[in-house]
Amino acid sequence: MSDLFYSDIAFLKRGLKQKDFSSVELMKSLINRTNLVESKVKAFIDRDDEDALRQAAESDNRRSKNMTLGPLDGIPVGIKDILAVKGQPLRCASKMLDSYISPYDAKCIEQLKNAGAIIWGRLNMDEFAMGSSTEHSAYGTTSNPWKLDCIPGGSSGGSAAAVASGEVIVSLGTDTGGSIRQPAAFCGVVGMKPTYGLVSRYGLVAFASSLDQIGPFARNVKDAAILLESIVGYDPKDSTSLKVPTENYLSILEESVKCQKKYTLGVPVEFFSKGLDIEIKEKVYKAIEWYQSQGYIIKEISLPHSDLCVPVYYIIATAEASSNLARFDGVRYTHRSKDIESIDDLFFRSRGEGFGEEVKRRIILGTYVLSSGYYDAYYLRAQKIRSLIRKDFDKAFQEVDAIITPTTPTPAFIEGEKSQDPLSMYLNDIYTISVNLAGLPALSLPVGLTQNKLPVGMQIIGKVFGESDILTIAHDFEINHDYKDLRPNL
Amino acid sequence: MSKAKIDIKYVAKLARVQLSELEEKKLSVQMNDILGYFEKLNSIDVKDIQPMAHAQKVQNVWREGDIAGSVLPKELLEEMAPESRDGQVVVPKVVE
Repeated sequence: MSDLFYSDIAFLKRGLKQKDFSSVELMKSLINRTNLVESKVKAFIDRDDEDALRQAAESDNRRSKNMTLGPLDGIPVGIKDILAVKGQPLRCASKMLDSYISPYDAKCIEQLKNAGAIIWGRLNMDEFAMGSSTEHSAYGTTSNPWKLDCIPGGSSGGSAAAVASGEVIVSLGTDTGGSIRQPAAFCGVVGMKPTYGLVSRYGLVAFASSLDQIGPFARNVKDAAILLESIVGYDPKDSTSLKVPTENYLSILEESVKCQKKYTLGVPVEFFSKGLDIEIKEKVYKAIEWYQSQGYIIKEISLPHSDLCVPVYYIIATAEASSNLARFDGVRYTHRSKDIESIDDLFFRSRGEGFGEEVKRRIILGTYVLSSGYYDAYYLRAQKIRSLIRKDFDKAFQEVDAIITPTTPTPAFIEGEKSQDPLSMYLNDIYTISVNLAGLPALSLPVGLTQNKLPVGMQIIGKVFGESDILTIAHDFEINHDYKDLRPNL
Repeated sequence: MSKAKIDIKYVAKLARVQLSELEEKKLSVQMNDILGYFEKLNSIDVKDIQPMAHAQKVQNVWREGDIAGSVLPKELLEEMAPESRDGQVVVPKVVE
């Protein structure tokens, strides 16, 4: 059963159904694989193999009685350490939550459990999802499975690396400014950020509430579609959750193969200018040429406020974070400093000790832009420019069905290269953050390797609720190329 | 937005975060870099532009006015607290 760990969901479902193997055997295959490669990849902060095997046995038991629950019954799903799973640690890769155990399930976890999935592991991330490399985790940096001295991207670096290295079949991450798409691009897997409001944020530790979304990582578009389908839907417990009819993405993909719609794709000039790595530019242009050769219409478009996205994002996201992270105060459930003398002392010292460098930096920045005298100059101005960024997209989508860009300006970088220069780290998000500011769906799809054997990701951005469009466009490319079968040499 | 000089000590006090002297020094330099970069935003005239707080229209979500009950048991909350006594969370004296 050694090759099960790199299988796709369709194969695993068929095998489980035909009793070629059991869910316990599948889980054991993943545990063995993880035992073999985890010392190199370091994707997990924590994992409870016994619990996963128990869930697998329950799934096998259901199957033997013909009582399977849903499309993911018996399939293991890896979880980013920011989503609440009842009875499991939830650290957000922070010392602040070192001994915290979730008292309830996040909505998406409840949905996965109802679909029969095996919930496994706490995958590494940048502390409180703040970062683009996992170097800001208090529990060590994850390595890029393709080149171990490179970072896997972030913040959901563990979720991406685990999928790429065959430690999990699929995983969940979260994306506030690119935290799913950027690590997906760096690790050569599919990563998708859904439309804001499509997936409930209940049980997701908030970083920037107006930007955060939960989404899937997978080794192919179909698996991402299956996982996404399992976690969408209205939830009264999230006041920003939207009431929209859910779609069957997998059958849309299967239908699309029979009758491939030729979409109009926009290529924004601003995303292919200076700062973009030449090899990435070539690969993405090559993909665009392929679409054109298949009958898609390619249009050059402009998103004129693109160069303002980084400052707008880092004002809005840090402002929201400074407010959201006020709850970690050392009083009720977090780290508390020893030998404190007063209540103020408790707040200051617990937060000073519990938070890492990047989190403090963002809390300070967010507090500053919201502080008296600076609010209008920074926060309000950023909110106004945010509406211009959204308008750019609205205008573009009058002409095109989806937008194609590189996911990142460079391939994965070497550990330590940017960690002491926050601004250069922030600029790594330049192609992904406008999508969060506008609330749109987008995915990153592998489109080849650089000469140094590092993956290149192409971003496909859709209209609001255009998930099925971008999945279809990505799937068409994927099934006509063999990039999804490339594996790192571990 | 003029070229801002950030008073790290003051902002850290507002944020209730203790910083070491080294952290203060490092952050001062980094913040001025970052804020300098933010000056790009001054290139846009934002008069008459509506601010956008959310990507989708958000509205109040109401529920029936019935008693929802306790979500988490008291014992669990007590267990989660860094220090507790007799079913209550212990904190330093807040009123002198």
